[in-house]
Amino acid sequence: MEHTTLAHHLLLAGLLFALGLTGVLVRRNLLVVYMCLELMLAATTLAMVAFSRFAHKMDGAVFVFFVITVAAAEVAVGLALIVALYRRRGTIQSDALNLLRD
Amino acid sequence: MPDGLFTFFAALTLGAALLLVLSRNAVTSAMGMILALVGIAADFFLLDAYFLGVLQVLVYAGAVMVLFLFIIMLLDTDDAVGAYPWKTAALGLATFFLLGAGVLWLFHWSGAVSAAPAGATPPEFSANPAEFTTAAKSFGRLLYTKYLLPLEIAGFLLLVALVGVVSLSKDAPEGQA
Repeated sequence: MEHTTLAHHLLLAGLLFALGLTGVLVRRNLLVVYMCLELMLAATTLAMVAFSRFAHKMDGAVFVFFVITVAAAEVAVGLALIVALYRRRGTIQSDALNLLRD
Repeated sequence: MPDGLFTFFAALTLGAALLLVLSRNAVTSAMGMILALVGIAADFFLLDAYFLGVLQVLVYAGAVMVLFLFIIMLLDTDDAVGAYPWKTAALGLATFFLLGAGVLWLFHWSGAVSAAPAGATPPEFSANPAEFTTAAKSFGRLLYTKYLLPLEIAGFLLLVALVGVVSLSKDAPEGQA
């Protein structure tokens, strides 16, 4: 731990966020897009824990606790929406969901 | 230079995230996601946030990803479509490299982040509730004093999500929203 600085953790979090955003933009399977979105959220919690640890303050860690709680609820609702979408349209490929465009 | 454990878990996390983004098979993507979340949990441990690391493995890598895998199996979706158009691939590569370069510049070369070490290992428990401590009960103390209202709102939010999921997954009659 003595050689790992705040910058290293932030670098990891930033690169994970960049990877997640790339996936959200590029992928067409809605489930994979949703997983990439979750990866972005997890990357931000990593940055928050790093700040909390290096500032010697507990508040950031408690905030991450709430983020994990909200993320669990959000995943349940999002997956229910995707299942409902699949039931109605028979696909979850984002380029096939262009009802409003035509 | 970061220490060996951090380098190992950072490489593991980034590799697993790459697997998540690049794999054509949704199940392989989910496996990459689980590995990435476990890597993030390991980083929580390296940051002395043991309780959050355990929570991350239990809630995220455990419950949430099991839910994802259930839905993937249930819907049985393959990326049946062919190769990605070059525009999409170029957009993805440009996004990643621009954002990655920005992150590298901001956190590594710009000198905006102090290079000070983390300091002494945090105590397990301390009389000062605002200080970073490792014990799970220091979370409980803050949750039931300073963050009591957010805690109750989070509980209510979970209830609302539960009701919402039940109403969303009810069988809709044919041809009706």
